[in-house]
Amino acid sequence: MSMATAKAQITERENYLNKEYGIGSWLLTTDHKRIALLYLISITFFFFIGGFFALLIRLELLTPAGDLVQADTYNKLFTMHGMVMVFFFLIPSIPAVLGNFLVPLMIGAKDLAFPRINLLSWYLYIIGGIMMTHCMLTGGVDTGWTFYVPYSIGTNTKFVEAGLAIFVAGFSSILTGLNFVVTIHRMRAPGMTWSRLPLFIWAHYATSIIQLLGTPVIAITILLVAAERVLHLGIFDPKLGGDPVLFQHLFWFYSHPAVYIMILPSMGVVSEVIACYARKRPFGYAFIALSSIAIAVFGFLVWAHHLFVAGISIYAALVFSMLSYAVAVPSAVKVFNWTATLYKGSIHYDAPMLYMFGFIGLFTMGGLTGLFLAALGIDVHVTDTYFVIAHFHYIMVGGAVMGYLGGMHFWWPKISGKLYPEGWAKLAALVVFIGFNLTFFPQFVLGYLGMPRRYWDYSHMPEFQVLNVLSTAGATILGVGYLLPMMYFLWSMRYGKPAAENPWNAAGLEWKTASPPPTFNFDTEPVVTWEAYNYEELDAPQIQEVPVGR
Amino acid sequence: MSEHSKSSPLKTYFAVWVALLVGTYVTYKAAFLDLAPLNAAVALTIASIKATLVALFFMHIKGTSEKMTKVVVVTSLFFLIILLGLSMSDYVVRAPGAN
Amino acid sequence: MADSSIAVQNAHGEAQNPALLHHFAEPEQQRNAASLGMWVFLGTEVMFFGGLFVSYLVYRLWYFGDFGAASKTLNVKLGATNTAFLICSSLTVVLAVWAAQTARRTLLLVSLGLTLLLGLAFLGIKGIEYHDKFVEHHVPGASFSFEHEKIPGHPDHYANAQHAQIYFALYFIMTGLHALHMIVGIGIFLWLFTMAWKGRFTPEYNTPVEIGGLYWHFVDIIWIYLFPLLYLIDQHP
Repeated sequence: MSMATAKAQITERENYLNKEYGIGSWLLTTDHKRIALLYLISITFFFFIGGFFALLIRLELLTPAGDLVQADTYNKLFTMHGMVMVFFFLIPSIPAVLGNFLVPLMIGAKDLAFPRINLLSWYLYIIGGIMMTHCMLTGGVDTGWTFYVPYSIGTNTKFVEAGLAIFVAGFSSILTGLNFVVTIHRMRAPGMTWSRLPLFIWAHYATSIIQLLGTPVIAITILLVAAERVLHLGIFDPKLGGDPVLFQHLFWFYSHPAVYIMILPSMGVVSEVIACYARKRPFGYAFIALSSIAIAVFGFLVWAHHLFVAGISIYAALVFSMLSYAVAVPSAVKVFNWTATLYKGSIHYDAPMLYMFGFIGLFTMGGLTGLFLAALGIDVHVTDTYFVIAHFHYIMVGGAVMGYLGGMHFWWPKISGKLYPEGWAKLAALVVFIGFNLTFFPQFVLGYLGMPRRYWDYSHMPEFQVLNVLSTAGATILGVGYLLPMMYFLWSMRYGKPAAENPWNAAGLEWKTASPPPTFNFDTEPVVTWEAYNYEELDAPQIQEVPVGR
Repeated sequence: MSEHSKSSPLKTYFAVWVALLVGTYVTYKAAFLDLAPLNAAVALTIASIKATLVALFFMHIKGTSEKMTKVVVVTSLFFLIILLGLSMSDYVVRAPGAN
Repeated sequence: MADSSIAVQNAHGEAQNPALLHHFAEPEQQRNAASLGMWVFLGTEVMFFGGLFVSYLVYRLWYFGDFGAASKTLNVKLGATNTAFLICSSLTVVLAVWAAQTARRTLLLVSLGLTLLLGLAFLGIKGIEYHDKFVEHHVPGASFSFEHEKIPGHPDHYANAQHAQIYFALYFIMTGLHALHMIVGIGIFLWLFTMAWKGRFTPEYNTPVEIGGLYWHFVDIIWIYLFPLLYLIDQHP
């Protein structure tokens, strides 16, 4: 024990954060932990840019008349909101920040398999981000984030630049996925078998499969649209004999599974955090692990449910409608297993756990309303209404962002070496949950009543104002809820209490090294001799002295 | 790659090379015969055989001890078939040129 | 395993093999990681070209006659020659890998050099073909023209120029992206040639040759499909 504490003191003096200083030691680093922090800063920047656009959208919709901005500006606002949030925040959020930081730690590796490619992926992301920012500053795009043809061929806004920005960011995403797959296969510590892998790793493995197999298709689609715009080839242009529906097929082949790129890593976070705060091994470990892979595979079979009203054949629509229900099965397996994990667990209501409760509730609502949309008959009626908007925000914000924030809290002591203020964190979790529901639940009702999406002026349907005011009020609260964690995380870096190696007494290799970890993660190469989530052993009397360091 | 010094792989390499050249020649000649709807089938079958030969012998899928190589190849092809097959499931039952 | 033994192992490995990166325990692990990485990357490439193949299939199904007419204007002999060139280059690549593994320096250099020459010859012929298409106004865009070309098998039907333009658009994008991959491949092989010249590859360390070879073979496979799909749609008289 005394040797261990002595070692802990040494590693506290030198860790990945204080080993080197200077801007070069960050911008040229190949340390996965530093690259994770680079990503954290970059995606937070884009998160607040996208959030700013969202607030402007909500402000415009406060009154039925189109008075704050003009229609053209409004089109650009929701386009840039979608493009920034989807491609520059949600897709990289958990994989590139928490995944980058944790995948090598959790499997007991010194780094990802290709550290330089990891750095390259951050630079690609930044190049894409600069292009997107430049595009926004010089006029933006008004195609909607889905940039459907033929409108995106004809619009006089800067689609090509935005498209190439997404193209470059897509490469960054591919390289992250490639690194994870190879790392998980090749870099596991001795004894870290597949059945001992944390569920977070399983989730990231499944995510990587989608990144690798889906992203190239959107890449070629963007190239084709850009070529069509410049050269008028006819591939997507109905005036020249092309088929615009083909674009939608290719677009959604990626963009539907892309939703699972956003949600699967969050599900991985949920499995980790719930196990820790219920002090139990997750119920049905193998089912949770394999349902991640199942979601990744089924996710590729359902894309045409976005095309039900686009003019695809009714037979294909029937097939895709039925296939869409298949994704509900592994998703439900996860939700049921998490709730079963809670059953008879000794549950601690700490801040990360509050986010997980939020995730489970909101994801369930988002998932169930997804079934409405998978049903051919209902979809035809609520397509392009606020029902769809509410549905995918429940998944992508209520699900993915909740998981991201919960994970940031859970691993913040490991990342920064400092504890966040628990009271503020609980408050923020509550504010986010209330703000989120107030923003998006009214939108289900709005959509059900028939309010179309992407309208900036609804003065011919003033009866929708009450619900829109509620939604805008909720968005303000949600904004505060997102600012709070950023502020107290920054505060804690300077003033927070130092975190011990394992402040939550959690299972997992990442908690068996110093906080923050040394550059090569472990002082001695870990050898895994225990099963994953051995909370019974951790909570057994002889080891209960560990929380003293808390 | 682990070398088996007992038998040089050169014979295999040259045999595959000759097979590939013959395949190219056959494809070329067959294209000028009127096989009605079979032209495309013949061309693509030969192409697939050639691609398989390259993958198995030149890219060393055959004989590799790495299971993952095969898994990656099969997975990629599986998803390629999903992309082609499910997309075409729409087009084959839609009137040509109907948008 | 204790701290010191890893350090010794690494120092030992580095002394033998400067290419062993710090975060790998042993050269075998590094080689396996690099090889798997390349295979996974090729998997993404399959999907990248897959999007093009879907587009091709849809329009070939819709506009078969026009595609046949447009395809007939290509130079099949040049296409077949290029196919043969790539097949020969695949042989030289696999010889290079074998030479690197068995420490045959001359064979390695000759094979890499031949690969480069064959790759450049392929690009040269591709350039001639592009030039012909340019002269014939078959490049999609403002100057595109495809008049009075008959649909094969239907001597009284003229091909639709717009539909033929879609064919040529796909032709240029597919072969263009393939050529881009060839150029990248030539870059890789130039680098491999330089490294081989400096004697960097040994029977213990030849992973770059191996995974560079995987990439080259993959580009070859793409062409093996592009040749019949683009050149041989409806050639018979």
